[in-house]
Amino acid sequence: METLLQQIVNGLVVGSMYALIALGYTMVYGILGLINFAHGDVLMVGALVALEAIRLLQIHAPELGLVPTLLAGLSISVVVCMILGYTIERTAYRRLRNAPRLAPLITAIGVSFLLQTIAMIIWGRNYHSFPQLLSTAPLEAIPGVFITPVQITILVVSATLMVALVVLVNKTRLGRAMRATAENHKVASLMGVDTNKIIAATFIIGSALAAVAGVMFSSNYGTAHYAMGFLPGLKAFTAAVLGGIGNLGGAMLGGLVLGLVESIGGGYIEDLSFGFFNSSYQDIFAFIILGVVLIFRPTGLLGERVADRA
Amino acid sequence: MSATPLLQLRDLRVAYGAIEAVKGISLELAHGELVSLIGANGAGKTTTLNAIAGILPTAGGELLYEGKGIETLPAHLRLRRGLALVPEGRGIFTRLTVEENLRMGAYCRRDEDGVEADLERVFTMLPRVKERLQQVAGTLSGGEQQMVAIGRALLSRPRLLLLDEPSMGLAPLVVEKIFEVIRSVAAEGVTILLVEQNANLALEFSQRAYVMESGRITLAGTGAELLADPKVRAAYLGE
Ligand SMILES: Nc1ncnc2c1ncn2[C@@H]1O[C@H](COP(=O)(O)OP(=O)(O)OP(=O)(O)O)[C@@H](O)[C@H]1O
Ligand SMILES: [Mg+2]
Repeated sequence: METLLQQIVNGLVVGSMYALIALGYTMVYGILGLINFAHGDVLMVGALVALEAIRLLQIHAPELGLVPTLLAGLSISVVVCMILGYTIERTAYRRLRNAPRLAPLITAIGVSFLLQTIAMIIWGRNYHSFPQLLSTAPLEAIPGVFITPVQITILVVSATLMVALVVLVNKTRLGRAMRATAENHKVASLMGVDTNKIIAATFIIGSALAAVAGVMFSSNYGTAHYAMGFLPGLKAFTAAVLGGIGNLGGAMLGGLVLGLVESIGGGYIEDLSFGFFNSSYQDIFAFIILGVVLIFRPTGLLGERVADRA
Repeated sequence: MSATPLLQLRDLRVAYGAIEAVKGISLELAHGELVSLIGANGAGKTTTLNAIAGILPTAGGELLYEGKGIETLPAHLRLRRGLALVPEGRGIFTRLTVEENLRMGAYCRRDEDGVEADLERVFTMLPRVKERLQQVAGTLSGGEQQMVAIGRALLSRPRLLLLDEPSMGLAPLVVEKIFEVIRSVAAEGVTILLVEQNANLALEFSQRAYVMESGRITLAGTGAELLADPKVRAAYLGE
């Protein structure tokens, strides 16, 4: 019983990070019909920029406390990623807005390689240990079930950001314009909406969430690396598809479900496979889910429309 | 008002790739006029309106609004100058609520009190809309959607309102209601360019009209003149 509860806690923590990243995929897909495969690499840039900023702060402003240092590093990384997201949209995708759909998709993969290569040139190929500014010492929440301050922070921050995003999209003028643009660019422009600005805003918001998720990943696992965006990116994409791509609630649900399946499944995979696989194989769950969803319910758990965008 | 027409098309051309759909048309609307543009399916009416509103690029000729060329002005900036289009098929945001659709019409306005007042005016004109404010717009009937589309355009406080077949697919009673609304909008001084399939209705309704055929304007005159024209009667009034 404790094991299961522990796996649920771990699953929710990982799942909420997947959810934050999945939101970026799903918002961009909703508005442009584009799978932004570079999104995972924005997360990587977020983590590495935060790492660099925190290192510099620790050298030049050692008097700053742990939490302020972390917040400063996080803020810098969020700003850098927002600029990066805007730049990617502006330079790589905007000119392909009316191109056949394969063109932006291939471009997205190109941007992904480009970001990884640049990060590799700057930060090298090794794993960097990420400064542990919050405690990772497990606390016993209920007997037998442990959670670290980092994990608690991840849960609280992700939940807050998700609520904020839902409010933004559903209750504000910008959000209304985003939804209108997602449904019909031309008619939105007839309402006086500068759709290019709305699309840019979508990339900027998604990238900010990715930066936060990147810092969370690195804080949770204690490392950062130029290729660290690949797996979370692919899993968050799976989460977005699982929830119904284009659907915000779906991305959140998909992220949490994927996190739980991975964590719980990882706990039993050894028994299930008669000892053939151990828990380090838990990544396969994401891809099994992706395959199953695409075959049996391509619209995802909450999605209805997938193919209605030209 | 000034003598400069509000809208002027001079030899305007619009093409889809290599295919020219509007082959050099000239027309003008004075301030406060209600003018219609009629013609058979595929004549190029929608293409013309979309080019005026800026969601299609022009391929030649001039497009003057308040005396200034707006050929390269993006659609969203044309709206800000008072040029609104109710597109063919209504262009309702089906996943937004009725209220959100209406508020999209006021997207560029900062005068919140004015917007609230205009919303009330739309409600008096279109009482059916008020009852359905929180309904997702995709679930409205065709007539209700058309009313929302017109109300939405009015919320931008247009000076020139382009209407693309507002009667399409609607029952006669609903059409009557919608034309009543258009008439009251015109009475407030809004200049209107109305595209209609229903030539009889349009000609009776408007001060002047243009007849379009395969991308060209072939006839122009007052509504009454065109209604009496044997060619028009034969081609568009089924006689
Ligand atoms: N997106 C498009 N691509 C290519 N050709 C088009 C496109 N839209 C319209 N056309 C062509 O342009 C011509 C004019 O079409 P348009 O829609 O302007 O006609 P219309 O007068 O509005 O007709 P209707 O009364 O049926 O609405 C037609 O021959 C049509 O086939
Ligand atoms: Mg038409």
